[in-house]
Amino acid sequence: MDYFLDEEQMMIKDLARQIAEEKVMPIRAELDEREEFPWDIMNILAQSDFLGIYIPEAYGGMGRGGFEFSLAVEELSRACLGVSTTYAANALGTYPILLYGSEEQKKKYLPDIASGRKLVAFALTEANAGSDAAGVQTTARLEGNEYVLNGTKQWITNGGEASIYTVIAITDKSKGARGASAFVVEKDTPGFSFGKKENKLGIRASSTRELIFENCRIPKENIIGKPGMGFIVAMKTLDSSRTGVGAQGVGVAQGAFDAAAAYALERQQFGQPIFSIQAVQHLLADMATQIEAARALVYAVAKFIDSKAKDVSKESAMAKLFATDVAMKVTVDAVQVMGGAGYMREYPVEKMMRDAKILQIYEGTNQIQRNVIGQALIKETAKKK
Amino acid sequence: MNIIVCIKQVPDTAEIRINPETNTLMREGVPSIINPFDLHAIEAAIQVREQMGGKVTVLTMGPPQAETSLREAVSMGADEAVLLSDKAFAGSDTWATSYTLAQAIKKLGADIVFCGKQAIDGDTAQVGPETAEFLGIPHISYIRKIEDVKDNYIRVERLMDEGYDIVESSLPVLLTVVRELNQPRMPSLKGKMAAKKAEIKKMGMSDIGADEDSLGLRGSPTQVKNIFAPEVKAERKMIKGTTEEQVVTLIKELKGMKCI
Repeated sequence: MDYFLDEEQMMIKDLARQIAEEKVMPIRAELDEREEFPWDIMNILAQSDFLGIYIPEAYGGMGRGGFEFSLAVEELSRACLGVSTTYAANALGTYPILLYGSEEQKKKYLPDIASGRKLVAFALTEANAGSDAAGVQTTARLEGNEYVLNGTKQWITNGGEASIYTVIAITDKSKGARGASAFVVEKDTPGFSFGKKENKLGIRASSTRELIFENCRIPKENIIGKPGMGFIVAMKTLDSSRTGVGAQGVGVAQGAFDAAAAYALERQQFGQPIFSIQAVQHLLADMATQIEAARALVYAVAKFIDSKAKDVSKESAMAKLFATDVAMKVTVDAVQVMGGAGYMREYPVEKMMRDAKILQIYEGTNQIQRNVIGQALIKETAKKK
Repeated sequence: MNIIVCIKQVPDTAEIRINPETNTLMREGVPSIINPFDLHAIEAAIQVREQMGGKVTVLTMGPPQAETSLREAVSMGADEAVLLSDKAFAGSDTWATSYTLAQAIKKLGADIVFCGKQAIDGDTAQVGPETAEFLGIPHISYIRKIEDVKDNYIRVERLMDEGYDIVESSLPVLLTVVRELNQPRMPSLKGKMAAKKAEIKKMGMSDIGADEDSLGLRGSPTQVKNIFAPEVKAERKMIKGTTEEQVVTLIKELKGMKCI
């Protein structure tokens, strides 16, 4: 369907597709098999200006928004979700600085992020803090002109590979969720090290690691926003980034559909292409319909967020929830359409099915998304009374 | 440093068919691309500029539609683009093409001229070296590595059938490049935007001060008499018997043919 993209948006979509097809598709199976971090591809994306799409021109970016970013994410996800996770997590790590960073912090970090000289990671999750973000136990204690960090972050995307980390830590235990703050921690800071690298079901090209802080001292000015704003920073960051995850869902679903549809036209059974058999045709028809609906929702919400709307939690949760549930269903059905071939590593859809599962889990499980939507609905309904 | 890259727009050979009667390329409906070797030349030029500073100009001779290839080169990072287009250039063989390019390069001025080693449609590998001859400058062909560049000096590795040569030259110099030299970069978003707006400088016969008799069909000494596919005349012999008998017979045959 034509979404009436402007010339620059078409350019972003087309070039992202070209990179995905020429540079990502030929090596995605190998990256998956070897769990290899896609440095070559990240360097290509950097050189082609993709790391600064949503960063203002004043800091070396393209000055476009989350919608344009989502277009790039979608195209990369159509080829490989491991690559697009690495790419999207970079933005997730950048949003705290972009949304709440001081002018000095923006000047210091954003140009290197926009050019791709430095990768970024966002660190919220811990052993006892996932869906319940208030369970964060990593602490940051103010000592003179420094904060001293202690604790362990877990399952951090781009961990070990990124140079810049935006980290949520507790500065005042007595205040609960209002006692958390956000910080920038640079790699190679003494007291900051990396734990084990996880062995995953899918998105195996992406790096997922522990971050360990042992009396890690960072300058006081590395705090993002004010002390106690950590959860607001985290929640607004996630509000902004969720459409990116939605776009990942649309992309991987489209990739799986394309593979399944092409196969269904080639594969002959009962003297005809299986695409002509109604049982298969209806599966494909449902898949295509769901993908288009997910895309329309993700695009609309991304534009809504870019319009600087005040409260976008509900809509961004809807986009993430719907598009990623579609991704799971469509990738499972793509394997089904392709039958035995779909189950084999020779074809890309089994990987897409493994990869898609994470989309329903990370950046807020889809159950948490329903909570967010539900709470917003209660508020809205109560207001009408 | 002024760097010029000569590129050629060619039909995408992956999509091309050959007319079985005339043995010529059927170009209709075939997408046009930048000659793949020339992409490596563009990349090399950009890398030299990144190191030395200066300007990369892409130059092509061709019909007006060759402009799309020039814009593609700009999207990769070339600074300027020049299209040599004139009815007088039509029908040029490699000799006339080289003369025309050399005339333009004289006007534009260059410290280094990069060319792909050959074009995938003609496959002659003549235009690079011939252009250097018309310019009266040294050329080094088939370079696979640039070891060092200075203001008036270059050292490169030239690919040979067995191994490589290390060649030094003063500037200006013309270099033809092979695939091993580098990995051509993808276009960038900012480059693509620049390419859309880029002004393509157009030059014709009078702009380059060319002698009309040396241009196009008139200036081309090459005459194509006939184009044909070489006949394959391989003899075939089937060896029969058990595996052991076959091996014995094969060795005997090969010895008889003085192959072993």
